[in-house]
Amino acid sequence: MKHGRYPFIIGFLIVPVAIYATFVVAAYLQAFQLSFTNWRGFSPDVEYIGFDNFVKLFHDNTFWQAIRHNLFLLLFLPLFAIVIALFFSFLLNMGGGTRGGRTHGVRGSGFYKVVFFFPQLLALALVAVIFARVYSPDLSGLINGLLHQVGAGPVLFLADENLAMWSILAVLVWQAVGFYVVLFSAGMGSIPTEIYEAAALDGATRGTLFFKVTLPLLWNTLQVAWVYLGIAAFDAFALVNIMSVDRGGPDGATTVIGLEIVRNAFDYAQFGYASAMGVVLFFLTITFAALTLRVTRRESIEL
Amino acid sequence: MTNLMSSDSTVTPPGTKAGPRHTTEAGRAKREIKVFSGFAHIALAIWGLTVVAPLIWVVFASFKSNTEIFTHAPFSLPSQISFESYKTAWTEAHVGRYFLNSVFVVTLSTAGTMLFGSMAAYVLARYKFFGNRFIYYMFVSGLAFPVFLALVPLFLILQNLGLLNTFTGLILVYIAYSLPFTVFFMTAFFKTLPNHIAEAAIVDGASHTRLFFQVMLPMAKSGLVSITIFNIVGQWNQYLLPVAIMQGQGAEQKWVLTQGIANISVSAGYQANWAALFAALTLSILPMIIVYAFFQRQIQSGLTAGATK
Repeated sequence: MKHGRYPFIIGFLIVPVAIYATFVVAAYLQAFQLSFTNWRGFSPDVEYIGFDNFVKLFHDNTFWQAIRHNLFLLLFLPLFAIVIALFFSFLLNMGGGTRGGRTHGVRGSGFYKVVFFFPQLLALALVAVIFARVYSPDLSGLINGLLHQVGAGPVLFLADENLAMWSILAVLVWQAVGFYVVLFSAGMGSIPTEIYEAAALDGATRGTLFFKVTLPLLWNTLQVAWVYLGIAAFDAFALVNIMSVDRGGPDGATTVIGLEIVRNAFDYAQFGYASAMGVVLFFLTITFAALTLRVTRRESIEL
Repeated sequence: MTNLMSSDSTVTPPGTKAGPRHTTEAGRAKREIKVFSGFAHIALAIWGLTVVAPLIWVVFASFKSNTEIFTHAPFSLPSQISFESYKTAWTEAHVGRYFLNSVFVVTLSTAGTMLFGSMAAYVLARYKFFGNRFIYYMFVSGLAFPVFLALVPLFLILQNLGLLNTFTGLILVYIAYSLPFTVFFMTAFFKTLPNHIAEAAIVDGASHTRLFFQVMLPMAKSGLVSITIFNIVGQWNQYLLPVAIMQGQGAEQKWVLTQGIANISVSAGYQANWAALFAALTLSILPMIIVYAFFQRQIQSGLTAGATK
């Protein structure tokens, strides 16, 4: 057993560690370093400018706009996606009849889940292209085409500053719901039926069962869902880059941090400045994850 | 748990319910259930339609002419089935090339991710050595960093290595950024495998390498399948990394599907060829539907593997 142990360990680790160190670890470390420079990619010598980039960021209105939009998504994406997903998984798992004090799922719940889940499989970039057409302001758009038939519209989903961000949020919700329906359904399925039977014998209605039994027992799953959706909310880049008017428009009404990073890096070659934005994004993400875990922490119910 | 069931004073054993009132109550309950279940189906069907409608609409529009798209109702049937837009999409808009590029890149990058990821995870899970924890946490900490943070340095690193705008570069980057989750998940998985089979194999004189490939990997099959699906879907759908890496001279030749379709979407506006865009979209959605139809159970469990861990 001892023989050839270290050569084996090293042999197995060397390639993955080398790839990872080169493209991930080195990149993240360099990002922090670059954020203190004004490097633009041309001059060979890099000039350190301390916290200047961060000071500049603090006075950058577009960047604040981007942060506000990310916070908007951070609040509403988890909220809508979780509430809708909970509602549907409740219907799927408890919408059927009661037999022996046990509530059943509706008929065909498997089929619904398969359909609901599908958007999760599509690339966000593809979804963005589809919905750019769905939202089209003229009759070629799915929604405006339908509205026209009933004599209404047209609605400028993406060109109206007040609507654009909501339209983008709706697409994210559209894609996310199915995944969480499946996740929550799995969670609900693992709750022992005896608990429901006992509560039903106590005369608990469907609503009471949901709020007093299902929800508390699903708490850990909900927490995971919130963190996942929160992290997804920090990355609406593909949607905004592809769908929105003028990439982040109209007039910056939909821009997000990710888009500002890509734009500053690859359109303006502001490497130092873009890295500083990345550092801010990193601290925002970490703060969010830590806060969520802290705020939502409560006695988990062991079964 | 205790307070959930503490209202024991009101428990009525099922048997005591019997009596004249029982039947009518049961009848009403049954009706109530039917109504509720009816509402449930309506609500579920509405969401089902919301999910499916845009996709069906895309397929319909792909057979229409440009004029029809602008003048006819969204779900009107195309006046004639024309595959013209598919021909345009496949050849002139290069969907065929983007598709094959994606297949090529994702095949190699997922294979690489699974090979290197499970090798690293196996050693980290089952061998004690100096630096084990350090390497493990180095991999796992990658989960906490947003990829946007690495974008600029990644661009520079690839440029210095001469890998910018190459498939090799893109594949290596896909592997590197898939390793944190793969290592995290597979390490946990390898830890659950029983020891006695490994010991028996060693007694029989198997080398460490043989033990891994011939004994441990087959035993880890269910975990490997989940994470392979997770990685295929994740890498196939990747958009940000190719946008950052596949740029420069002649990059269009090497674009992956997500990038290509996004670009067709932008240029379709100028060329007023929406039908070709819808055909391109149909061509990219259709394979997903077919694969999903066959493997939906595995795909669902693969994609939710991260959240249930």
